[in-house]
Amino acid sequence: MNGWRLIAGALVVLSAELGVAIAQPGPAGSAPTRTGAPKFTERLDIGISTHEIAIASDFSGADITVFGAIDGADQFLLAIGSYDVIVALEGPRKPATVRRKERVAGIWINRHSTSFEPIPASYSISSTRPLDKIAPPLALAAHDVGINNIRLSPTGALGDGSRIAEFREALRRIMQASGLYQRDPSGVQFISQSLFRASVRLPASIPVGLHTVRAELYRHGEFVTERRIHLRVVKTGLEQFTYNLAHRHAFLYGCLAVAFAILTGWLSSIIFRKD
Amino acid sequence: MSIYLPIAELSVNIFVILGMGAAVGFLSGMFGVGGGFLITPLLIFYNIPPAVAVATGANQVVASSVSGALTHFRRGTLDVKLGAVLLVGGLLGATVGIQVFITLRRLGQLDLIISLLYVVFLGTVGGLMLWESVLSLRRAARNETVAFRKPGQHNWVHRLPWKMRFKRSRLYLSVIPVVVLGFAIGMLTSIMGVGGGFIMVPAMIYLLRVPTNVVIGTSLFQIIFVTAFTTIVQATANHAVDIVLAGLLMIAGVVGAQYGVRVGQKMRGEQLRAGLALLVLAVGIRLGLDLVIPPDEIYSVVTGGFG
Repeated sequence: MNGWRLIAGALVVLSAELGVAIAQPGPAGSAPTRTGAPKFTERLDIGISTHEIAIASDFSGADITVFGAIDGADQFLLAIGSYDVIVALEGPRKPATVRRKERVAGIWINRHSTSFEPIPASYSISSTRPLDKIAPPLALAAHDVGINNIRLSPTGALGDGSRIAEFREALRRIMQASGLYQRDPSGVQFISQSLFRASVRLPASIPVGLHTVRAELYRHGEFVTERRIHLRVVKTGLEQFTYNLAHRHAFLYGCLAVAFAILTGWLSSIIFRKD
Repeated sequence: MSIYLPIAELSVNIFVILGMGAAVGFLSGMFGVGGGFLITPLLIFYNIPPAVAVATGANQVVASSVSGALTHFRRGTLDVKLGAVLLVGGLLGATVGIQVFITLRRLGQLDLIISLLYVVFLGTVGGLMLWESVLSLRRAARNETVAFRKPGQHNWVHRLPWKMRFKRSRLYLSVIPVVVLGFAIGMLTSIMGVGGGFIMVPAMIYLLRVPTNVVIGTSLFQIIFVTAFTTIVQATANHAVDIVLAGLLMIAGVVGAQYGVRVGQKMRGEQLRAGLALLVLAVGIRLGLDLVIPPDEIYSVVTGGFG
């Protein structure tokens, strides 16, 4: 009894350590896989160079490296390059509003807007090949893979349904232009037959919070398995302190900002006093 | 060298920010203005979210007006009583202004209104100042005496009730126009992130007939409190004051101002006013162009943070 509990506990700790996703088949093979029959025997393991990205005052973006291995793969298929890996880094989800400007009386003003259910605030995808060469569009869409497959569902009442497509497209375009959504079709490289390395670029404006690294394995255009691990993006020391103060003790923070300004003004009037 | 702004949540080049602060400080020292009307648009041009630019601009103005007001206080060119009455209106105006600010931001029209207000105010004030200074430059060129227009004895403002005596300004004046003026400037402070000196000073001279020697000191005095109040309310309601950004701007600003003052003392009044007018107009036109030129991207996205 006690022994069992210990083992169960150890398993929980282990899975937490590895960040094992629920999709992982059970040890006895009893849990059905997504495809129903045990069609694939391959397994995917990934590791990450760091579990925490710290934003310090000189932060200007970062690169993270994800390592992975394909277990139980067919050696022949590996050798001829039938396997593809996609690694995506998804930021925390935030609600988004897209606004469209129109010319009114000669001035460009925001006239229409559409709000979307929370979307990843950042999305960086790397793959062994361009996505359209890896799998057919439907397969990619089924697993929400790729910038064009990020789900964008409008919230609330819609003024004009016909415009939704334009708003979606604009959202994707702007997120890519700002560097928050990016893709690298050759960002995943095999370093041996079954080992791969993916580099994922984080922009300087990366949102803080819990990010998810999702790796997916495809064989001949068919989804095999996926693994997820988490990556936390945090502000460090002073930045975190300032941010927390500004949000949790906003009044005190405001007073400090004013006190600092008064001090600066007072000191300058003393230092530069002419008489 | 880049520095991460913890509230705006983006990286900026520290030298650009310091340069901006120093340049605006220099100009504000030279022309005797607070500089908020330059800082906020410059920050917006540099892609700082307008909400952060406005709130941080107000914070920066606190520093420059403290420095200026202290100098005037020592010289005795500051009417504390008049300033206090202005302040009553100013705090009320700032309170209303913040509500307007929050509403506009929710509606997605904040950027537009900020730009429009800047275009209207900078255009009007800049145009009037330019006109006035060109006239006096021409008079000076023709060797006529450059007489400062003597205020008339009384205007309608002086017939209003609830009069109060302001000793330092040698005025016996109704509190209504003073409070109303303070209120209007207070609203501008919270929506535009300016001190409002560029409107306050002419209004005090021409409308309230306040003697010119106490105008700047008194206006600075009330600006300190209104901008300080606005900073605290912006920090509490919108979490939009970036203390790192404000600190950099302030420090560079007060240093730049010292050099500006020295240059300003060597120049003639009309030339200074013409220069300031051109500067004000240039900023106004730049913002105005952004409103009428077809944008490259007609869509914009707001995710969670600042809009």
